[in-house]
Amino acid sequence: MTAPATADFRTRLQDWLPKMVLAPSFAVTLLFVYGFIAFTVLLSFTGSKMLPKYDFVGLDNYRRLFALEHWHIAIGNIAVFASLYIVICSAIGLMLAIFLDQKIRGEGFLRPIFLYPMALSFIVTGTAWKWFLDPGIGLEKVMRLWGWESFTFTWIKDNDLAIYCIVIAAVWQTSGFVMAMFLAGLRGIDNEILKAAQIDGASNWQLYRRIVIPMLRPAFLSAFVILSHLAIKSYDLVVALTGGGPGRSTEMPATFMYSYTFTRNQMGIGASSAVIMLMTIAAIMVPYLYAELKEKK
Amino acid sequence: MSAQSQDTAVSTGRITRALIYLVLLLFTLFYLLPLYVMGVNSLKPLAEITGGNMMALPQIWTFDAWRSAWSTAQIGIEPTGLKPYFLNSILMVVPAVTISTIVGALNGYVLTKWRFRGDTWVFGLMLFSCFIPFQIVLIPMAMVLGKLGLAGSVPGLILVHVVYGIGFTTLYFRNYYAAFPTELVRAAQIDGAGFFRIFWRILLPVSGPIAVVSVIWQFTNIWNDFLFGASFGGTSQPMTVALNNLVQSSTGVKEYNVHFAGAILAALPTLLVYIVAGRYFVRGLMAGSVKG
Repeated sequence: MTAPATADFRTRLQDWLPKMVLAPSFAVTLLFVYGFIAFTVLLSFTGSKMLPKYDFVGLDNYRRLFALEHWHIAIGNIAVFASLYIVICSAIGLMLAIFLDQKIRGEGFLRPIFLYPMALSFIVTGTAWKWFLDPGIGLEKVMRLWGWESFTFTWIKDNDLAIYCIVIAAVWQTSGFVMAMFLAGLRGIDNEILKAAQIDGASNWQLYRRIVIPMLRPAFLSAFVILSHLAIKSYDLVVALTGGGPGRSTEMPATFMYSYTFTRNQMGIGASSAVIMLMTIAAIMVPYLYAELKEKK
Repeated sequence: MSAQSQDTAVSTGRITRALIYLVLLLFTLFYLLPLYVMGVNSLKPLAEITGGNMMALPQIWTFDAWRSAWSTAQIGIEPTGLKPYFLNSILMVVPAVTISTIVGALNGYVLTKWRFRGDTWVFGLMLFSCFIPFQIVLIPMAMVLGKLGLAGSVPGLILVHVVYGIGFTTLYFRNYYAAFPTELVRAAQIDGAGFFRIFWRILLPVSGPIAVVSVIWQFTNIWNDFLFGASFGGTSQPMTVALNNLVQSSTGVKEYNVHFAGAILAALPTLLVYIVAGRYFVRGLMAGSVKG
């Protein structure tokens, strides 16, 4: 009698085991991701200052957030930064990928050079570019020492132009990665299609414009999703390169959230800015991930 | 895999080719520039930077800046150099990478070989967690770490990195195991092999490549993280936070050569990984764009 009972228990255990193995991860995700999101959303409706309080103030924080000039600067900066970053990275990435695809000698040597910045921390990137772009010791001084006496490059000290320094450093860091994505796409294109078009008399320009680039659509989509997600999250690079300055001129939502929550003791407003950031990213990621998962099924 | 046969059928004229090589050369210089600037200037005495040309090679070669960055530079208020923070980073990275990779492997195994109703949803929810802006979890995380007594400690950082890393590691192993024939698993099951035995004997021996991808990805991400380190590091700050403190410190003379040496020290581990296993690094990046 006991033998079948234990066997039965063992099969039942085997049935449950996979779910038991997955359960802790799922529980942790539910709590630390979705639970925490819910909590931050909740806080964004409260008058929390230095510590969480649970006095509900409705949409007050959001109203105050969007009335703050500081937040407007952050939003304006992320719009400028994200669009330039995405467009320039994609353009450079596409160009380098197409060029590297032309039976280039030394491709195996160049590719890793284009891509290594991706392995670095944004803090390292920020440090290197911060001093290189600094007029006192960097590019401006170098050019003048080389004989171009009138050369001026003070963007990083300029309220209106410092944001472009962040674009330069960010493009330096990720454009090689976008190149790798496009190159993988190019290598996946069937050469027969190109040959057929060539026989029909298409020029190289037409070939790329009409056939190759349209076929890279999936790579464009992936690049867009990844770059926009990186742009909205960009915190470290701003901190290392400009510290949000000069003044507040390079403040971004990520730095705004941090300073309002942890140094200015305006937790409610900080939480509401985090919610806005999440909603922006979700608007891009959710449809993308949904489509990817459906496709895979 | 020969690169030649993969190349495009497009052919180009001589002038076009010359231009292409020129552009590639210019971009090579652009990408190497910061590395050159950091390397060269970390080997100069400070006077050669403030009084000389940043692009010039050192006249006096010296490792003083490196020594200072490593063991004597002022980080925050303590003149400890970056050494203790480097150790913090190591103590944080090794367990966090190990745990998240093992958990990811098991999750990927369950999600592909022991499928159940709703598994795609479970995976989808875990996957989305890779892409959230971490600002949304900072406040509750700070509170929870405080409650657990882990605030400002290395174990606290390990917990954070494992929690927000398993989405990616699960993604890697899931995509990899999906291509593994399920029939083999079923056959082993009929032969009486259990859940862990099948994983240990059948899946694990073929998991080498994806484990490397996962380890490299996690190592790079966790080593390079700044936001969590700055928020929850407390007295156990990782390397990135210490480097930022070193560079941003407003007191005293700005020792650019020490900053550059420190930056290289912070970059060295991930750069080494990239040089040794760049191929896997690229694969991890690509899989990060979800398409495996």
